[in-house]
Amino acid sequence: MRAFNLHRLAAIVVKEFIQMRRDRMTFGMMVGIPLIQLMLFGFAINSNPKNLPTAVVLGDTGPYVQTLLHGMKNSGYFEILGRLDETGAREALELGRVQFVLTIPPDFSRSLLRGDRPEILMEADATDPAATSNAISTMQELAQNVWNRDLTGPLAALPGKPGPVDLVIHANFNPEAITQYNIVPGLMGVVLTMTMVMITSLAITRERERGTMENLLSMPARPIEVMVGKIIPYILVGYIQVALILVAAALIFHVPMMGSLLLLLAATFLFIAANLAVGVTFSSVASNQLQAMQMSFFFFLPSLLLSGFMFPFRGMPVWAQWLGEVFPLTHFLRIIRGILLKGSGLHPTLLELGPIVLFLAVALFVGVRCYRQTLD
Amino acid sequence: MNGAPVIDVRGVTKSFDGKTVVDRVALRVEQGEIYGFLGPNGSGKTTFIRMLCGLLKADGGEGTCLGFDFLTGSRQIKNQVGYMTQRFSFYEDLTVHENLDFVARVYDLPDRRATLEKVMAEHGLAGRRNQLAGGLSGGWKQRLALAACILHGPKLLLLDEPTAGVDPKARRDFWESLHKLASDGLTVLITTHYMDEAERCHRIGYLSYGRLLTTGTVSEVIAASGLHTWSVTGPGLQGIVERLTGKPGVEQLVPFGTTLHISGIDSAKLEEAIRPERRPGTDWKKIPSSLEDVFIHLMESSRDNFP
Repeated sequence: MRAFNLHRLAAIVVKEFIQMRRDRMTFGMMVGIPLIQLMLFGFAINSNPKNLPTAVVLGDTGPYVQTLLHGMKNSGYFEILGRLDETGAREALELGRVQFVLTIPPDFSRSLLRGDRPEILMEADATDPAATSNAISTMQELAQNVWNRDLTGPLAALPGKPGPVDLVIHANFNPEAITQYNIVPGLMGVVLTMTMVMITSLAITRERERGTMENLLSMPARPIEVMVGKIIPYILVGYIQVALILVAAALIFHVPMMGSLLLLLAATFLFIAANLAVGVTFSSVASNQLQAMQMSFFFFLPSLLLSGFMFPFRGMPVWAQWLGEVFPLTHFLRIIRGILLKGSGLHPTLLELGPIVLFLAVALFVGVRCYRQTLD
Repeated sequence: MNGAPVIDVRGVTKSFDGKTVVDRVALRVEQGEIYGFLGPNGSGKTTFIRMLCGLLKADGGEGTCLGFDFLTGSRQIKNQVGYMTQRFSFYEDLTVHENLDFVARVYDLPDRRATLEKVMAEHGLAGRRNQLAGGLSGGWKQRLALAACILHGPKLLLLDEPTAGVDPKARRDFWESLHKLASDGLTVLITTHYMDEAERCHRIGYLSYGRLLTTGTVSEVIAASGLHTWSVTGPGLQGIVERLTGKPGVEQLVPFGTTLHISGIDSAKLEEAIRPERRPGTDWKKIPSSLEDVFIHLMESSRDNFP
């Protein structure tokens, strides 16, 4: 017996390949996961988001204002959605429909020409500092130089040292641009997605793999009792995670908690339920624990990348944004950031809960249909 | 339920992917009977049992189990059936007591605590109540499984190869428990590959390629086979096997250690065939066919009938 025999080694290598080929699902995942990662990282992810939706509140529509708006559009960072009044603009900002609100005072052109350095106000939704920082520095640049061609002759002195206008920037909801304020609440959604989907998909698949499912099915327990009975403990686990993260967020990271915690906990319930439903569905489809695990990753990865947790949602191309809208995490991130950082109330929360409920309904439907009450 | 058979089904059929696994099986089992189901691997025994307890839906057939329609009443049937799976299927990461307690709760038993203590004492499990089921030996796992199956006081026990991989002593204890349960009125349907176990059953049936080939008491089954058997001991048995193989009248040659069983349906032709072999030094005896001879015969001939 030699210590290392190539034939013995080959026997094991060949056997592994045969088993790999037999397990179609695993094989598919091995090809699918890198492909998806490639697509997402390669095309969808952009840490320098452009075309950020911007609302304008115009007290003045003169040529100088038009010059500024053109300049903003040409920079590529702003997409001017339209004119709104002040309350409408504030609401759009709170609901997250726009990233910026630009306010031009009524006598802007006159003040500009008089050299009074009129104030223009740029309000930003800074819950995600990464999404706004480049756009804001571009705006500062524009405020300094955009009128260089208009202001000639005696006015040429205006663009001088202090600049022709006084650009005031309000980084709303997270004025100090603290990244943790964005990440920590988001992390709650990420942790819940990962554990809820994975744990439930494993818990039911394990019964099948160990043969205890056959026993369970032969007893009078109804499928609905088995499913709900398996889910309840994990809802509890989910809330323990929520509590841990919220306490840490408050005590360690000093994340502001502007809105109602009760509302947040209620919304969290639906989010947890949606993830558990995915887990149950996976466990009905997967034939062993490895497959269940892989499917969980298959779900978790795009959730993470496309939800706006790791990269600014608005930085992604439109197709990726639409895809991102499917995942409960995307909406939950908006809910939790809204409630904690913006102090959002019931209305904006309900708007984001809608897609989560829809997702939950579809996942439950598929899960219950796939759940096998008999062994065939 | 007195008088009425516990299992009374006809024409039970099941196929998977176009392959018929159970083919028009009819079965009657009376109350208090231990009915043994025999047949080679893959003959449809497990599938039949799973259909009886509602784990699989039968494609066709009619009849009753415990007085309920076996096709539509699986919910009621489940409540009165104890099913022991081929593979140990309780929770290995739960203790003996926790497993039994779980089963008791699923069946919503009244007076759970007292029932558990009683069953654990009866099956000698009390001393191992806090041991993890995964750490039990095969024999003890089987005891636990049996205790869990009868916990809810079922009227019918379905046992799927319960004694596979269990040592002879534990098997004997197991059968003693079964006979005690049956004498109390419990009906048992059990599958096995062991001949000695088949002989402990009140009645047996032989299933092959999904068809029930024969059924009755052990002696009825042997008589119905019409098989005649000679046994021979002595030197040169291998030579006898080689010379007799394929001879008319000789259907089966099975060595049992130092003896050889030679069987055939046609008694006269069989004697004709073996006459030249009856040399001095070899000891020839006509013996009653054993159950094993009959089963091997059934297995061989059914292979010809249903390829």
